[in-house]
Amino acid sequence: MKRLAMPLLLVLALLLAACQPGSQPSASKPADAKPADGQPPPTSGQASAAASKPADAKPAEASKPAEPAKPAAQASGPLVFLSSQFKPVEEAEKMRGTILKGAPVPVDFIPEDPGPFNDRISAEQQTQKVTISLIGGLHGDFAPMVEKKQLEDLTPLASKLNDRGFPAPFVELSRFGQQGKTYYVPWMQATYVLAVNKKALQHLPQGADVNALTYKQLAEWGANIQKATNQRKVGFPGGPKGLIHRFFQGYLYPSYTGSSGVVGFKTPEAVTMWQEFKAIWEVSNPQSANYEFMQEPLLGDEVWVAWDHTARLINAVKEKPDDYVLVPAPAGPKGRGFMPVITGLAIPTGAPNRAGAEQTIEYLTQPQQQVATLRELAFFPSTNAQIPADLPPGIRLEADAVQKQATAKDAMPSLLPIGLGAKNGELNKVYLDTFQRIVLKGEQIQPVLDEQAKILQGILDETKAGCWAPDPPSDGPCKVK
Amino acid sequence: MQGQVAESVVGVAPVARARRRELAPYGLLVPTIVFMAAFFVWPMLQALVLAFQDSGGALSLEPIRRMAIDPKFLEAVRNTVLLTLVVVPAQVVLALIMSLVLMSGIRGAGLFLYAWAIPLGISDLAAGLVWLSIFTDRGYLNSVLVTLGLSETGFSFLSYEHPVSIFLCVAIAETWRATALVMVILLAGLQVIPKEYAEAAEVFGATTWQRIRHVTLPLLRPSLQVALIIRTILAFQAFAVVIALAAYNLPVLAGETYRWYGDLRNPNVAAAYALVIMLFSLLNTGIYLRALRTRDEQVGIT
Repeated sequence: MKRLAMPLLLVLALLLAACQPGSQPSASKPADAKPADGQPPPTSGQASAAASKPADAKPAEASKPAEPAKPAAQASGPLVFLSSQFKPVEEAEKMRGTILKGAPVPVDFIPEDPGPFNDRISAEQQTQKVTISLIGGLHGDFAPMVEKKQLEDLTPLASKLNDRGFPAPFVELSRFGQQGKTYYVPWMQATYVLAVNKKALQHLPQGADVNALTYKQLAEWGANIQKATNQRKVGFPGGPKGLIHRFFQGYLYPSYTGSSGVVGFKTPEAVTMWQEFKAIWEVSNPQSANYEFMQEPLLGDEVWVAWDHTARLINAVKEKPDDYVLVPAPAGPKGRGFMPVITGLAIPTGAPNRAGAEQTIEYLTQPQQQVATLRELAFFPSTNAQIPADLPPGIRLEADAVQKQATAKDAMPSLLPIGLGAKNGELNKVYLDTFQRIVLKGEQIQPVLDEQAKILQGILDETKAGCWAPDPPSDGPCKVK
Repeated sequence: MQGQVAESVVGVAPVARARRRELAPYGLLVPTIVFMAAFFVWPMLQALVLAFQDSGGALSLEPIRRMAIDPKFLEAVRNTVLLTLVVVPAQVVLALIMSLVLMSGIRGAGLFLYAWAIPLGISDLAAGLVWLSIFTDRGYLNSVLVTLGLSETGFSFLSYEHPVSIFLCVAIAETWRATALVMVILLAGLQVIPKEYAEAAEVFGATTWQRIRHVTLPLLRPSLQVALIIRTILAFQAFAVVIALAAYNLPVLAGETYRWYGDLRNPNVAAAYALVIMLFSLLNTGIYLRALRTRDEQVGIT
């Protein structure tokens, strides 16, 4: 038995070496491990944070060459640009390799998930050791920072950039209700639409206009497709990194209840809404509970009709522009709810390289960069940048759909939840849990809504978040009716 | 006593030396104690406090309440307990068979040991991904099923529509991943059992099964105890494999802890979940220690 001793020792050494670190990195990237539906691992945000770190430095380095780096002379190293957008490796590389390539100062672009993004900013602010000079985030990301006075006032810069032609509602939002202040400069915008494989068009219900669908028609359409192909081909991004909660918050709830998902959360209209959504789910690909970016199942022909963020549909329409049409999201009894996503650029208090950050903001809001962002990342200009005619057909499809959706007669814009700060995730969880219990597990609708409403109200009371559009502003925390 | 004897015989200076020698072990323990206190005990106490604080830092039962009303909580408890009940016994039985095979002195035992130990060298997330590539919709298993004509388009093993199959996939992957750990512990235990016991049993005409049942297993009790405690505690912490295979379709306690801390930004509720894991682990360790109590003299090793 002695001869087993050596291997055993080796094995133990192996165990010690492998087990410890093995459990750590895994904790930092759980959901990454889950590709949409077993597609070969993912083009989208799947490399570990750790793996992407070393890569951070290089492109930024590479982007230096031609530029005179003088303005950054006072700060050491490249300007740190922390972003809650463009976390997927592919997108981050486009940001570094293309869009920031000609930046006036060398920029180290660091995209993060919401957790580390917020942590890093507040940690730096609390310790007064600020290394970040520029923050790119959603309107909702900035709300808690404004409250904690973690952002510089950018009014002089904003007036300097007046010629960019930012839409008035965006400028209004960037003030966070404080006259004479500007906390971010609009960066880019996006929204969610329906992508439709042309093969599905022949199964449209009688009398339905694909550019003005209703949710009832969507259910019928899915049923027709199922009858014809024996497959369920409607799709939603319901996986761990999917954005289906935005569908409930900004699309279904406003369309059925005429309010954001808060005020109308458990009304009789909401019950009808969940009933009708169950009918849509029944004709949806069951993998919808795992999908993250709908472009993948669209290209894989698993799904013919898919709702998702424009940036998460773009690869499909870019690759095969002739196969797809992009159309506005369906409407419900109260209108065509949709959610414009507004992102901005802000400078944290005490930024080490404020001048460089301002130059980078100027640079990123220039028409060339706005159009490049549209071309590469499918985020639409937040300025009056002329959309050139030579855009790739896929992008033009999206631009058309976005415009049609925003200008539809019954359009009902609904903002991303505002003022929830760190509780944003918990708010989303309310909708996801409600969806899972009602739709996936088939529980009774009203009791689930009543229970979840209590949790929802608790979150709003704790954060004292007021109502947001389409609901009128409230005195004090928004109340579930 | 010894000190006194030494003093009377040899004088004063050696006493100091002897005392130093007595203290030496404690000196050697200090780094470990400091390390444990700084990186285990202190964070554990902090987590304990966190679980009873509201987001403002005031003492409160809110995190516990929030955890209890969460629709995923009971599901996570149920899944974690079930997973432990299925995986741990399976692992112990398999590991016992494996280590008995290795000890039987068959040809190539060393090779088997290396092969069986491979999962030890793989991080748990990697193990999860390996099994994902097998069970996923277009994975190896479905390819085989389709090629053999057993299924037309394959079976969605990991779909939320098939909770039982998700559970079984996770159980299989977990068993594969961590059986080697149990095997290593049991093998080490088997190696220190003197051969004479088995030989004596053989002299009295005991069959192989009788020898295992009445000689080997009782002597292996301390190792079994260690293996069971370690594996059960680790089973309560099952995380990466579950996340890789089932994402949140199979909520487990460790996964929910991570989710509340990472995605939902609520360290208080995360701490409450961690507390539940700790209580389960303590409870189990207690049960094992009682149930498998060994008398040192009976076994001959401590």
